[in-house]
Amino acid sequence: MDWNQSTINHYLEKQKKRQELIHYFVSFVLMILFTVLAFVAVMLRDSINDYLIAIFIVTMAIVQVVFQLYYFMHMKEQDHGFPALFLYSGASVAFLTVISFVSIVWIS
Amino acid sequence: MSNAYELSIEKLPNPEKATLEGKNKFLGFWFFLGGETVLFGTLFATFLALRDKVGNGPAGHELFSITTTFISTMILLFSSLTSVFAILALKDYRLRMMQFWFWVTILLGLCFLSLEIYEFFNYVKEGLGYKTSAFSSSFYTLVGTHGSHVFFGILWISTLMIASYKKGITTVTAPKYYIAALYWHFIDVVWVFIFTVVYLLGILGG
Repeated sequence: MDWNQSTINHYLEKQKKRQELIHYFVSFVLMILFTVLAFVAVMLRDSINDYLIAIFIVTMAIVQVVFQLYYFMHMKEQDHGFPALFLYSGASVAFLTVISFVSIVWIS
Repeated sequence: MSNAYELSIEKLPNPEKATLEGKNKFLGFWFFLGGETVLFGTLFATFLALRDKVGNGPAGHELFSITTTFISTMILLFSSLTSVFAILALKDYRLRMMQFWFWVTILLGLCFLSLEIYEFFNYVKEGLGYKTSAFSSSFYTLVGTHGSHVFFGILWISTLMIASYKKGITTVTAPKYYIAALYWHFIDVVWVFIFTVVYLLGILGG
């Protein structure tokens, strides 16, 4: 038996890749699920309170985006401190802008 | 140099981050994405503030179709997955596989874009011009900016793919493929907010 370090490393590498692939599939299925749930909620708008649906679909969108960012765009991996800093800075500016435009009294 | 120093590139893990140039591209691109987030944030803010100001033109809930929105959403979501497959192939140095998945991504992007153009064409026919109302201007600007990003992404990835037949996967080209895939995911992130805030909340508001 030739169980030297390189074969073990090769095996571990393969296992890691398989794990990664499973993560991608699971997050993709969840993203599809969140999308379908949001559309179903809107189709049921006659029987459910509108505000409840609005809160639900916005939550679904945020959860889906988190999956996209952390799994598909690799933000869960190491060395992603600066990407996180850039993205969250941008997102907070965007959030402030949206909040101020939604609550501005001179338009609505 | 003797042969002992000759390294096969296939042994190198993560070719997209192997060089300083690749790392810098990665960092710079995320900085750009932060800026893009602000750009889309301001467009969303404008749309949210003006979405009830329909004037004499049609409102969103009279135009939007839940089926079309669902189909475009699924197309873009699947194209996000195919670009993930392309990057997995890139990390294994499987050039043909990577090209295949990126071409599928481009094809799905083209489907999305054609659907959007068809949709806009119908809205104009139903009387929603760019200058019809504050709602129409902010709607076309927001969704159109996203659409032009999709268009740019298609151009970018297809030129990369054409070049890849000659250049293959090296430490110079790998960061380019990786970053193009990041851009494509970002387009999908923006679309998630568009279908929720513009279309679904628009239909709900009616």
